[in-house]
Amino acid sequence: MTQVDGPITQFYNCRILKDHKLTDDYLYVQGGKIIDPEKMFWDAKRKPDVRIDCKGCIVSPGYIDVQINGAYGYDFSNDTDIIDEAVSNISKGLLLQGCTSYCPTTVSSRPEVYKKVLKHLGPRDGSVENGAAILGAHIEGPFISPQKKGAHELETLRTAKNRISDFDECYGLDNLRKYVAYVTMAPEVEGILDTIPRLIESTGINISLGHSNATSAEASQAFKSGANMITHLFNAMHAFHQRDPGIIGLLGAADSGSRPFYGIICDGIHVHPHSVMIAYYAHPEGACLVTDAMSAQCLPDGFYKLGEMDVDVNDGHVYIKGTDTIAGSIITMAECVRKFIKFTGASKVEGLENATLHPAQMLGIANKKGNLVHGADADIIILDNNLHVQRIFIAGVEATAENVHFNEKI
Amino acid sequence: MRLVIRSDAQTVADYIAEYIKERINQFKPTAERPFVIGLPTGSSPILVYKRLVELYNDGKLSFKNVVSFNMDEYVGLPRDHPESYHSFMWHHLLKHIDIPPENVNILDGNVDDLQSECERYETKIQLYGGIELFMGGIGPDGHIAFNEPGSSLQSRTRVKTLAYETILANARFFGGDVTKVPKLALTVGVGTVMNAREVVVIITGANKAIALAKCIEEGVNHMWTVSAIQTHPRSLVVCDDDATLELHVKTVRYFKTIEQVQDEMIGRENLGLYGQVAGPLKYKNVPSGN
Repeated sequence: MTQVDGPITQFYNCRILKDHKLTDDYLYVQGGKIIDPEKMFWDAKRKPDVRIDCKGCIVSPGYIDVQINGAYGYDFSNDTDIIDEAVSNISKGLLLQGCTSYCPTTVSSRPEVYKKVLKHLGPRDGSVENGAAILGAHIEGPFISPQKKGAHELETLRTAKNRISDFDECYGLDNLRKYVAYVTMAPEVEGILDTIPRLIESTGINISLGHSNATSAEASQAFKSGANMITHLFNAMHAFHQRDPGIIGLLGAADSGSRPFYGIICDGIHVHPHSVMIAYYAHPEGACLVTDAMSAQCLPDGFYKLGEMDVDVNDGHVYIKGTDTIAGSIITMAECVRKFIKFTGASKVEGLENATLHPAQMLGIANKKGNLVHGADADIIILDNNLHVQRIFIAGVEATAENVHFNEKI
Repeated sequence: MRLVIRSDAQTVADYIAEYIKERINQFKPTAERPFVIGLPTGSSPILVYKRLVELYNDGKLSFKNVVSFNMDEYVGLPRDHPESYHSFMWHHLLKHIDIPPENVNILDGNVDDLQSECERYETKIQLYGGIELFMGGIGPDGHIAFNEPGSSLQSRTRVKTLAYETILANARFFGGDVTKVPKLALTVGVGTVMNAREVVVIITGANKAIALAKCIEEGVNHMWTVSAIQTHPRSLVVCDDDATLELHVKTVRYFKTIEQVQDEMIGRENLGLYGQVAGPLKYKNVPSGN
């Protein structure tokens, strides 16, 4: 049903990403949603009130980042005392980059941290006042493998001997239901495989495999039990071996219904460009570009503190100070998309869908986000032919540096 | 009847679009006195609509005070089906121009009482004072709108069962599956079209050649319903060379000569839109001598 009031905006002179191609057409927005222009014309007898000339550019859904730990000097896991300010400023910063929805990601933490922080990371509509929409938190850990903890703190890791009550004790099942989009866990950790179906049924969250040494068999079992995503493919997991390809091997499952979505940090640093290419062509429909950005994203090169760690940010690389251990990334979604296309030779449509449609499909929200269909939220980016973001719209309203105001730091 | 022959479908479409533009602009329509136009669907008009959109984008034509009545619509096909005539008009013309939605009239093939819908349509045309210009195409069987062979030449808007040949011709829009093509349609009658103050028929392609020949070189015949234009006071047929393949050479030469005379001897600038001469006849290029 179209609303009969409210101004209607028409985007024209543009190529719109829909039905897996770029088509010369018009896009219509009313009340923060994309509307069916034929219902508008025939039923409501309306014509557009505002017309926006896209000057031949590409019109795409806004980017969706399902793995991001921080940006602009803030971090979701460490800034727990100023979490509202952190969420507010990160949301606004991401919006101005063209990322219109995201999952604030937390590293492995203690139960008291989750109980304190999760309610601030729950779903929230995007707007010029709020910044990018929050789709719910991504909790990475602590039910992960100590051998593949990456930069997570060993003391926080745990098993699920007591099955679902361990999840309740750690996060609070109600918190999972209300505030969480998906959780990363390692299937080989005690109790996890058994608990996955119950957890999904009881809380409705999605489950992602990551920070794990799982074998192929364990990974397949986890997928059959209901996991539908892999967290930062290649990183913090059992390396690909020809006789035991592990979690990575899920991309090679014979029937496409058995292949999960997978996140790829496409900065060219976390994953070699050739590896991106190989993974992508093994299972193109599952690729989800992510940033896994940390607090130094969008800050100048230099030394920063990430929780208790000192890190050195230099030319796109983030290392634990004095080492060559990668401590995170500072790439943006827009750069991920451009690098992805450069590494794989894929089309613009494919690059864009990996940053919009696929993450939305993974979360089961492709009817509202990541997809320019009638009834979807009008989170739109206008891109030039080199996929640089020109204009950004959130819930149908244009977001610019002039009308998106960062909070004052405390 | 005027017959204008051009080389191919594109030049035919350009001619008709320019003609319609001139007609509307010379009419100087207002909200109280809009230009009422009858419109077709089908492959021939697509090029005309494309050119009209270009003229609109170039600022040479506005549809602000144009009221449209489409010829027909399928019965029982959802309005948002990609093959409905509502969808066709939206995608090929309406979404690109400034015609007010309330000015657009297309028969509704999904109402319960189809007969009343047809009567409502006829009444609405009358309320606007009739149609100023009705543009139409022609089927391979010489039909105009869905007035299949055997339709009364006095017919009004009504429900029609589609002829087998028409269903076959339309199957290409339904994935080649004849079973998916609607069997019934609402259509303006031959009489409805001929009541317009001007009728413009677009006829392109070799597969329309026989129909064109039957309609303009033979008698008025309900088996070739476009032939009704023979008794219309102001009709214009625009066709391409391929569509003339079944005409007598004499016919083609005659109509081409008319245009030649107009261009070379009288001068286009001295002729009105209907080829009528404004003011005293003054020949250019008349050979000297008495």
